[in-house]
Order: sequence, then C-alpha cells, then structure tokens
Amino acid sequence: MQKSILDKEEYIKFAEHRAKRTNSVKNTAAAFIVGGLICVLGQLLCDLYMMIGISEDTSCSLVSISLIFLSCLFTALGWYDRLALIAGAGTLVPITGFANAVISPALDYKAEGLVAGMSAKMFIIAGPVIVYGTIASVIYGLIYYICTVLF
Amino acid sequence: MVYLKVFLVGGLLCAIAQLLIDKTKMTPARILVTYVVGGAVLSAVGLYDKIADFAKAGATVPLIGFGHLLAKGARSAVENEGLIGALTGGLTASAGGISAAIVFGYIFALLFNSKPDHK
Amino acid sequence: MKKIYSFTKRPTISATSTIVGKEEKNGPLGEYFDCCRDDTKFGMQTWELAESEMVRMAFDTVLKKSKLCEDDIDIIFAGDLINQCTSTSFGLIDKSIPYVGLYGACSTFAEGLMSAAVYIETGFADTAACATSSHFCTAERQFRFPIEYGCQRTPTAQYTVTGAASAILSTKAESPSGVYVMEALPGIVREFGIKDANNMGAAMAPATADTIARYFSLSGNKPSDFDMILTGDLGAEGFELLKIMMKQYGYEMGTGFNDCGLMIYDLKNQDVGAGGSGCGCSGVVFGGYVMEQFMSGAVKDVLLIGTGALLSPTTVMQNLPIPAVAHLVRLKKD
Repeated sequence: MQKSILDKEEYIKFAEHRAKRTNSVKNTAAAFIVGGLICVLGQLLCDLYMMIGISEDTSCSLVSISLIFLSCLFTALGWYDRLALIAGAGTLVPITGFANAVISPALDYKAEGLVAGMSAKMFIIAGPVIVYGTIASVIYGLIYYICTVLF
Repeated sequence: MVYLKVFLVGGLLCAIAQLLIDKTKMTPARILVTYVVGGAVLSAVGLYDKIADFAKAGATVPLIGFGHLLAKGARSAVENEGLIGALTGGLTASAGGISAAIVFGYIFALLFNSKPDHK
Repeated sequence: MKKIYSFTKRPTISATSTIVGKEEKNGPLGEYFDCCRDDTKFGMQTWELAESEMVRMAFDTVLKKSKLCEDDIDIIFAGDLINQCTSTSFGLIDKSIPYVGLYGACSTFAEGLMSAAVYIETGFADTAACATSSHFCTAERQFRFPIEYGCQRTPTAQYTVTGAASAILSTKAESPSGVYVMEALPGIVREFGIKDANNMGAAMAPATADTIARYFSLSGNKPSDFDMILTGDLGAEGFELLKIMMKQYGYEMGTGFNDCGLMIYDLKNQDVGAGGSGCGCSGVVFGGYVMEQFMSGAVKDVLLIGTGALLSPTTVMQNLPIPAVAHLVRLKKD
C-alpha cells in the first residue's frame, strides 16, 4: 500500500523521487563526444596557426578567439542551442559555451535597447564565471606573492 | 596520437560536468563557476600545467583551462611586477578571450535576431 | 470548505476564439483552432508585442464570431504571464471596454470564465468577456533562459503554448453552442514544497486535487457524472501525480479525465518535454476543441479546472517553494 501523498511531507518525497531524471548514459556519451570534438577542433586550429609560424602562446590565444568567433556565429544562426539540446555539457564546458552565454542574452535583449538592454544583459549568465575566476586569480596572486616574499 | 589525447581529456571533462548536472542539483552556471575556480586551484598547486602539457587543447579549451589561464597570468605577473601583478595578471592573460566574446557577441547580436527552434 | 457558485442566470457562451502558433497547429488539435501564424512575431517588432497582437486578434475574432460589437461588452476579464500583465493590457489598448486584469498564471482562462459569470449573476453585466494568452518566447525570456542559450531541458519541464483565447458570456446574445457556465469553485492557494521550476506539474497537482475533491464533496457529484474532466496544464508528470492523489481522496476519475497540456501536443513526436503549459494552453484547448465537442453533441457536461503555478523569477532565485491555485468551472449544455 502506497503512503498517502495528501500529506505535504510525503508528497515532497514522493514527487521528487518519481520526477524523471535525464537519461544520463546517453547524455554523458553525447557530452563526451561533442566536447571532445570541440577540443580536437581547437587542437587542429592550434597546429594550423603554429604551422604558419605563429608562436605557441599566441596560437593558444588565437584558438580561444577562433572558437569564440565560431560559437558566436553558430549561436547567431540559431544552431548552437540545437546542438546543445543533444550535447548538454559538451557544448557548455568548452570556451564556446562561455561565448554562447555572452551572445544569447545580447541577441534577446536587443529589443530593450543597445545600452540598457543588449550590453547590460550580456553577462547575466557568463558574469559569475568572470567574477569567480578573477577573484580566484587575485587570491592566488596574493598567496603567491606572500610565498615569494617569505621564502 | 596528440589528437586522441585531446579528444579523451576534453571529452572526459565535459562528461564529468554532464554527470554533475544529471545526478546532482547543480545548475549549469554553478558547474561553470566550479570549473573555473577548480582550474585556478589545480593550476596553483602546479597540477594543471602537467595536464595541459599532456592533453594540449583538451585541457585548455574547456572552461577549467580558463581558470588555469587566469591563475597562470596572476603568477607570472607577480613574478614580474610584484604585488600589483595579483590584480592585473589574471584578467590580462584572459583579456583576449573576454574581449573576443564581447566584440563578436556585440557584432553578431547587432546583425542577427534570436529565433525559436520550434517554428 | 467554501461553497460552490451556482449560476441561476445561465451565463451562456456566445462564442470562443483561438489564435495559435505553428507548433500548436501541428499538434493533434490543430484543426480546431481559428487562426495560426507561422511567424512567431505575428508581424510585430518584439515577442511581447506579438503576444499583445494575439490578444487583440483573439478578442476581435470572438466579437466577430458572436456577432457583437465593442459596445455590447460590459466588461472584460483578462490576463497573461508576462510582468504586470502587459501583454493583455497592450492588446486591449484600443478597446473601449471596462477592463479587469487577472493574474492566475495558467489558470487565468478558467478564472476569467468564473469572474465573468459572477459579474453576470450579480447583474452588473449582461455580457462579459474573458481573454488570456501565452507565448513561448516571452515566457522563455522571463522565466528561463535567452532563446539561443544552449541548455537541455529536464524531462519534467513543459513547453509554453503560443496561444491566445477569448470567450464571451452573455444572457442576451444568441448562442449557437448553447453552452453555459453552470457552476464554479474558486481555488485555494496550496503549496506542497516543490521548488523545482522545471517540475511545475508536480507543484500544481496538490492544488488541483484539492479543488476537484472539494467540488465533489460539496456538490455530491461523482466523476462519472461528467463527459469530460479537464485540467489545465499539469503535463505528464503533474497529471500522473494528480491521478494518484484523486485515488487517495477516494475518487475513480474514469476515461473522460484528461489534461489540456497533454492533449495539445503529440508528446512522442513533438519535442515538448512533459507537455504544454501557459495561460493559452487550457484556453485554446477549451475554446477550440471542447467547444467543438459541445457543438457536435459529443459532450454535454464538462469540468474545466484551470491550474496555475504562482511563481516569479524572483521567488525561484530565492529558492522558495512554488504555490499553486486551481479554479474549477462546470460547463453544461442542455
């Protein structure tokens, strides 16, 4: 006999337990393949840039910039979110996901104007990445400085 | 061979994120923040340089590499400029990516409009 | 336990109208809707204005179908999901009709029918209208992510119906359908601890079960007395939970029991998660499909239970549970 879910406590437990979770195996495989391929594309570009005589460090930056360019283009054409429906974290975790998070609100909020809309809303999703990344780097820089002074 | 390593490590980092989304209540935004901070920490303890040497783009393209880039930037700036480097290093190193996202995002947002997938 | 409103003046539906987008047109009920546009912007600059345009079209269509003019309408009850109900107010901006804005989230259509019937019963109005709308893109922008943001939907998440519906109730105007609002029971806000905004069906099921169970216990009617008992937009997940809850209340709901969110799309072949949601969902399913069933004589006695999840983007971010409400109207044809 099933417990009565007319009671709030029982209801929460029952509803949360039965809520269908995503098909993890399929999703994880898709994320692995798509994410891996985006990285391979990055490596391909990197090797290409180095072949034409660009230094390794600059090539590395150029790879990020190229992938960001492609991600913005694909998002603008309406393809990136469709790929993401299948790939999940495979399109979220690479740097292309960061670019998608910047441009997608910009596209949407154009209707509210170029300043208060598009530009102000650009970082509603990607902002935390920069905030926490910057804070982490500053803290590390401080610790590193203290270490170099002390030792 | 390099490409296989790139594929495996890059794919693995994405697969872990997917499992975190599916199996825990972490939202995508929290995953990204965790990855960036995690990358900075791994870089700080000297691990990420090794991973990046091994997997190249497989380690630098995922956002965890962005955290590594920020930390690496802060470290080299402190070495060269002292204390002020802690504040300038991270964003200087990542300026290319952030500026690219802003500029390309801005231009493409001007030129295109969002459209829902379902017509 | 509050009492059921029994209307003695027979507020009769003189006409209903339905405006939908392409995805709804492609669904199993596509043929029942009055008007469909492929253009998600309905020829307007923004999606918000598109939704207003849908409200305007729905209201103009219902006027035309009922052969009434603006002056005949004493009052209109209308609302939508977007901040401060602006889709509705902008849509009705050119109409010289007294307007009462409603916010019942996705229960707005049932809430509107009930309010209009109550106004007619009191005698303050002879002819009253109601209208509601929802648009996939405006809802997506307000409640979820930007349209082009790449993310997966959880299987319990629902898909906002692009649709607007309007109805006119009158004691005077002629009515080819002969359907009248016989009874109504307003819902009570219920909150059962569900916090997941991607599982709104589960958040709304307890409020829905509460309203339906109160109705049966107050009226003495049984589920089998009705040809159809339709909930608004619980979707696959919420509707399953509701069925379990109704059984535990002691009611066997029978075959006429269904959910508009499950009826409007083909869940297998249209990528819509757990089904349709939004104010427009129950509005267009009732205004299109159910009215047609009344006309053809296939049904004579129907319960429509509008279901609304009363959350806002702010309450979700503050991690508050989702309250819900469900309003019941009984529609009958002699």
